[in-house]
Amino acid sequence: MRRGNPPAHSPILRKPAMQRFLTSNTTIGWLLAAPLALVLGFFLILPTIVIVIVSFWQATEFSIIPAFSFENYAFLFTSSVTFDVFINTFKYAVITWALTLLIGFTVAYFLAFHVRTLTWQVTLSLLCTVPFWTSNIIRMISWIPFLGRNGLANSGLQSLGIIDQPLDWLLFSDFAVLLAFVHLNTIFMIVPILNTMLRINKSLIEAARDGGATDWQILTNIIIPLTKPGIMIGTIFVLALVMGDFVTVRFMSGSQSANVGRLISNDVGLLQYPSASATSVVLLGTVLLMVAILLRFVNIRKEL
Amino acid sequence: MSKMRTSRRNVLKTGAAVMAATAFPAPMIWAQEIKDITLRQFGTGVSNLNDVANKVKEDLGFTLEMTALDSDAVTQRAATQPDSFDIADIEYWICKKVWPTGNLQGMDTSKIANYDKIVGIFRNGKLAPDSVIAQGTAPHTVGFTTGVDGTEFVAEESGWMTLIPTIYNADTLGIRPDLIGRPIETWAELLNPEFKGKASILDISSIGIMDMAMVCESMGEISYADKGNMTVEEIDKTIGIFTEAKKAGQFRAFWKSFDESVNLMASGEVVIQSMWSPAITAVKARGIPCVYQPLKEGYRSWGGGLGLSKNLSGIALDAAYEYINWYLSGWVGGYLMRQGYYSAVPETSKEFMSADEWGYWFEGMPAAGDILSPVGDKLAGAGDLRDGGAFVDRMGKVACWNSVMDENQYMVRKWNEFIAA
Repeated sequence: MRRGNPPAHSPILRKPAMQRFLTSNTTIGWLLAAPLALVLGFFLILPTIVIVIVSFWQATEFSIIPAFSFENYAFLFTSSVTFDVFINTFKYAVITWALTLLIGFTVAYFLAFHVRTLTWQVTLSLLCTVPFWTSNIIRMISWIPFLGRNGLANSGLQSLGIIDQPLDWLLFSDFAVLLAFVHLNTIFMIVPILNTMLRINKSLIEAARDGGATDWQILTNIIIPLTKPGIMIGTIFVLALVMGDFVTVRFMSGSQSANVGRLISNDVGLLQYPSASATSVVLLGTVLLMVAILLRFVNIRKEL
Repeated sequence: MSKMRTSRRNVLKTGAAVMAATAFPAPMIWAQEIKDITLRQFGTGVSNLNDVANKVKEDLGFTLEMTALDSDAVTQRAATQPDSFDIADIEYWICKKVWPTGNLQGMDTSKIANYDKIVGIFRNGKLAPDSVIAQGTAPHTVGFTTGVDGTEFVAEESGWMTLIPTIYNADTLGIRPDLIGRPIETWAELLNPEFKGKASILDISSIGIMDMAMVCESMGEISYADKGNMTVEEIDKTIGIFTEAKKAGQFRAFWKSFDESVNLMASGEVVIQSMWSPAITAVKARGIPCVYQPLKEGYRSWGGGLGLSKNLSGIALDAAYEYINWYLSGWVGGYLMRQGYYSAVPETSKEFMSADEWGYWFEGMPAAGDILSPVGDKLAGAGDLRDGGAFVDRMGKVACWNSVMDENQYMVRKWNEFIAA
């Protein structure tokens, strides 16, 4: 009987407490954050932890053995291939970054400061995204027949009399890889830079002009400092995409060049998952380090 | 009580079935029960053809589920997931890796109707009595075991086969005769500076290293004890020669997939490269001249077969034997031979090919009329000869079989260095 009593009373007693709990800002905050936290936990954090764990495992030709061994890392850090491949990856990343920044900044500058009407600004920036309606791979592969020995580029140059022999370095070379990277990734520079540029208060520029500043001074003293967050976001996008890529390098170099992504994909193909994981962990560490350094320069959160 | 009655009924039913099976010709029972059987087969794309599954349903009544994977994935699955398949369609070098795991069961050759007609390559290794056995993983060396659950290979025909051979071929270099304009006779031509920037090799380490070895041996740079099982020094030297050539700009590209090899050749980016037989056909189908060039050092050959999962038993095992017997009875053989491969029992395939097809593909005779692929594409016209000629000329000149080396992991690492160089 005694047992029967408290449940009869408790709803009345607890309800306000429960209500208070449910309506408190802390709870609402946690609940609102929960879906994203769960998604990120399952699809980002958990896989990353698994990759780190597997990177210490060992593998034979067709089995994976749970272990705690530094063998994969030892091989990675003592192999000359690793060094060459990381250098190559950095080379692609830096050159692509510089070119996409130059092109992206110019395009964004034009859209933000030279195109006067909003309609045209919207139309032209939408135009920049049109190529993205097709797949990444298709945009990349379509360069191959264009740049080939008997492709459009070579036959065009030959018929114009500019060259006598087809240029072999147009395709299956570092040039082709970089061309594809720039083509694929420039948009990731344009969009964030344009976004920050559009938010620059036009009266700042007018004031500078009234004060007698030249165009160059306006660019270096006002526009560039104020677009830094956009540049940083674009930089992070481009670096992460280029450092993690393997398809572009494989197709555009005709499999003749390697970057870290290809190293990982080769290992996966040969079922060497632990070794692939170790390489991934090192790559992830490298990219995170680069992003951390970039964030030292600009506080993106403050500017967003 | 009720439970007992059910079980008695079952006993009666089974008894009746047994009686029926003994009293009447077996196919009646067979036909009833076999429809429920599904056999799960997986393997590389070469012979995992939907046309085969459809024909099995039509001729034998049961369902064959096909899964096509690349050879690395096939190896892994055969070695690690025996429950995921009933029939493994694998290559002989994969068998060498997978058989010791005990995931496959030996096959009783007395249940194979056409066993005696299987070509010698898969039985004693000899096409003709005087043939020399090639280097690498020759199929007969991993073709027999001691019994149904044997885990070791035996040299002689023991009555227990590991794989029933289904498909095989001899590979060589593909060339563009129109762009080269002179005869090509040796593997060494792949590294001839004349073709600087116009050569290619495949970026699949286990096969690529063999092609490399054929080239290095033909150049007189290295003589191998066994190209299919190189020593560390041989691997270093072989990859060294090719790395030097790569740095000198000999190669236009490397290819990894069938389509890439076709595109490189058809576009004229490459004029000489490692290639597979159906890729040559695909280039020719575009109206571009392409030759599967026979070379004086011989061919690099490969073969595949069907293996049975150790988990197969009872009626499913009977169905699997039925399927294998059907496979060797000619229809599939004819289908594969009309693509340019060879069947393990060529004489049964003959009945499923026209005299002209048989003459062109197998005997090396000039075609009398158009030679069509199984799907109807024209592959050759009247008067054309098959590259390399007759079956005995091609399979009689095998220099090396695809294989897996003892130093495989070392080789793979060196291969990665070569690609990154």
